[in-house]
Amino acid sequence: MVSLTLSVNGRIVDAEIDPRMLLVEFLRERLRLTGTHVGCDTAQCGACTVHLNGRAVKSCNVLAVQAARAEVTTIEGIAAADGELHPMQAAFREHHGLQCGFCTPGFVMNAIDIARRHVSPTEQTIRAELDGNLCRCTGYHNIVKAVQAGAAVMRESGDRP
Amino acid sequence: MNAPHVGQSIRRKEDYRFLTGTGTFVDDIALPGQSYAVFLRSPHAHANLRSIDVTKARACAGVTAVFTGEDLAAAKVGGLPCGWLITDVNGQPMKEPPHPPLAQGKVRYVGEAVAVVIADSLYQAKDAAELIEVDYEPLPAVVHAADARKPGAAAVHDIAADNTCYVWALGDKAAVDRAFAGAHHVTTLEFANNRLIPNAIEPRAALAAYSRGDGAYTLYTTSQNPHVERLLASGVIGVPEQKLRVIAPDVGGGFGSKIFVYAEECVIAWAAARVNRPVKWTAERSESFLTDAHGRDHVTKAELALDPDGRFLALRVATTANMGAYLSTFASCIPTILYATLLAGQYTTPAIYCEVTAVFTNTAPVDAYRGAGRPEATYVVERLVDAAAREMGIDRAEIRRRNFIRQFPYQTPVALCYDTGNYEATLAAALDAADVAGFEARRAESARRGKLRGLGFSAYIEACGLAPSNIAGSLGARAGLYEAAQIRVNPTGSVTVFTGSHAHGQGHETTFAQVVADRLGIPIENVEVVHGDTGRVLFGMGTYGSRSIAVGGTAIVKAVEKVIDKGRKIAAYLLEASEADVEFSNGAYKARDRGKTFAEVALAAYVPHHYPLDKLEPGLDETAFYDPTNFTYPAGTHICEVEIDRQTGETRIAAFTAVDDFGRVVNPMIVEGQVHGGLSQGIGQALLEGCVYERETGQLVTGSYMDYAMPRAADLPSFKVGLEETPCTHNPLGVKGCGEAGAIGAPAAVMNAIVDALAPLGVRDVAMPASAERVWRAMRDAAK
Repeated sequence: MVSLTLSVNGRIVDAEIDPRMLLVEFLRERLRLTGTHVGCDTAQCGACTVHLNGRAVKSCNVLAVQAARAEVTTIEGIAAADGELHPMQAAFREHHGLQCGFCTPGFVMNAIDIARRHVSPTEQTIRAELDGNLCRCTGYHNIVKAVQAGAAVMRESGDRP
Repeated sequence: MNAPHVGQSIRRKEDYRFLTGTGTFVDDIALPGQSYAVFLRSPHAHANLRSIDVTKARACAGVTAVFTGEDLAAAKVGGLPCGWLITDVNGQPMKEPPHPPLAQGKVRYVGEAVAVVIADSLYQAKDAAELIEVDYEPLPAVVHAADARKPGAAAVHDIAADNTCYVWALGDKAAVDRAFAGAHHVTTLEFANNRLIPNAIEPRAALAAYSRGDGAYTLYTTSQNPHVERLLASGVIGVPEQKLRVIAPDVGGGFGSKIFVYAEECVIAWAAARVNRPVKWTAERSESFLTDAHGRDHVTKAELALDPDGRFLALRVATTANMGAYLSTFASCIPTILYATLLAGQYTTPAIYCEVTAVFTNTAPVDAYRGAGRPEATYVVERLVDAAAREMGIDRAEIRRRNFIRQFPYQTPVALCYDTGNYEATLAAALDAADVAGFEARRAESARRGKLRGLGFSAYIEACGLAPSNIAGSLGARAGLYEAAQIRVNPTGSVTVFTGSHAHGQGHETTFAQVVADRLGIPIENVEVVHGDTGRVLFGMGTYGSRSIAVGGTAIVKAVEKVIDKGRKIAAYLLEASEADVEFSNGAYKARDRGKTFAEVALAAYVPHHYPLDKLEPGLDETAFYDPTNFTYPAGTHICEVEIDRQTGETRIAAFTAVDDFGRVVNPMIVEGQVHGGLSQGIGQALLEGCVYERETGQLVTGSYMDYAMPRAADLPSFKVGLEETPCTHNPLGVKGCGEAGAIGAPAAVMNAIVDALAPLGVRDVAMPASAERVWRAMRDAAK
């Protein structure tokens, strides 16, 4: 067992863990933050995407110990304290960018990262940037629209590094 | 007045929880003291099980139990049942081999479960599973459908020495043969409908708890049909049905692959009682590839006979369908009842004959996958029609128009009776939306860039809401095909809707609430939809075959009508009027100039101080079961435009237009979303996806997302989607269903477009998936 200290959604967490524990297992099993999902075992589907020090990463591909002293943000940590949706979450709702909802947290976390890295992402840019996220329900059509709309709102509100 | 909700793109009620990570999928649930299960799976496609030694595994730290097929047999755990009995051409029942949840004596496909380990932690269970010693005696395997009946092929089951599950036929063979003998032209195609792996992004999972105090089981599982799961799984594990509660909470996509009542959830439920602790199992994606029921996998020869004007005279189809190693819950009805019956398509073809040979192979069981039989039928008909038009020099829209059914109801020669349709309308709208008139100019522009451009059509028919139960029963169905609903009016006038339909992405919580809010004239916020729990919902057949709005929605309407009728009796008493004089509209009962709101009537029903207790029970809570009189028949035209790189064979979808007629549409936003998803799976089948087993050994080659090409965002275009509304004539909502249409229409449209692009080179066909390599080879071979 090893000791781990990190920040998750703005809260400092201390834990003793098996060193082979993945970050996604730590989030889901230890912290019960079950919004981050596991859809594959080869780092292909992106359902487990979280932010690690502000960058979108696949948490199935990160050992929990690698997140020591880092800031982790999950899907549970992006809406306002009163429950108001983040602009990207709101855009997914408005544009029907989700159906079964399983891949959705990963898409939203990646989309926020995309919006922060691209001022006005084109459809082509968004489709290329979503390469690491699989959705089986939507055919991506409405996800692309949602990312574009969410990015526009984020741009207006100055949510860019 | 309450604004109407039906027909509006109301944003979904279910979205908030999914967007904030607060949905509840099976793997998100943790029960106190839960243990973890890991299944040991066969590495061989076909082998005798000489012995299984679990001694070392049982001795591992944290291991609670290890069970094998012998343990299940000793405990009288039964086999997994098939839900549809097909009778073959000789009047004999199909071959129905036993399907033990854990292999007994023999393994028959790579991934078949051989043993289960239950431990305190997942890692302990995995480590222990590696210590199980299995002595396999490998046997020759048969993998391809086309190989199954060859002389000398290995027999998958002793009861089917030639690997034949059934040979089944539909239609008038003599009439078809006569028509072919006198035909002006015959178009023939031979092709495979490629095997697909459904790949819902949520892997299958099961979590079972047992309460020794009352002998009750609770099974959380990823199911599209929890009541069917309860009925079948309780029988498998030998538990009284009322002692098993099945909960399918939020389910992350199904596409047919979560209909099957699988081995794992039965074993997990049974084991929970044996170890007297909750047991949890979640598939890894590798297990999903190996063991989720696959889809399609047909090999077909199809011939279309035409007169000199391009009118269809007859259709003759011979198909071999791969069932896999065991019969899944609905495997047997898919290439028969849901396939051959659709071969009339949108056309007046007077004579049709289809013969289907279903075979066993050493591959994963095949079951329903989005469209289930209907994509395969559409592929046969629409590929033939495009090919015939090309061979006879007739415009492809024109040949379709010449053969369209225009009078309804229309009795096809393959059993179905279409109640309504307007195929000209969807074709015309699609031609317009796709700017087919401008295609030749675009083709010339592509040619200037060295690219080949092609246009493909697919005018599909679908049959949704499989019914009625008595006819389906006479055809071998072992279940009813109705749906159930309950409308519980709460004392404050809000409503809880319990539906036997199950949503796993379809947005029923919104769509059904729209229907109920309008019928009762109450705000949509006052309507709650509950599904997926046999402990709360009275009964249900679940969601498959695009049936939920047509069958489940109608059951809800029937229950609402009962609520309104009882409310009218209460209102008549309160208003001192005769029942016949009380009208219900906009959420209020009115008689002469007096009225009572729905909420006031609801309160009176639950606080019956002024109430006709001598004539009427208190309360306002009604149920309905609805068994449709016919299928519904959505139809539409899909037009695909592709551009092919001459050097690499890479195919790009330049545009995809779908105009569909789903009858009345409750929520256009949700319906269009369903179309987008279906199209992406249909395009995936045509261009990217194909399950590949190594032909000699039965090893799954496409066993991960590195090998199985799932459509990604950059593989797909934005779609042009249009809707025509020809209401269904036999349900009160006028709805038909929309979930599968995209996957049904798209493959033929894409492949017809590819063939159109390559036809000038002399190419007649390319196999699905039309990878760059296959297209490049087709071009090269044509040039030889």
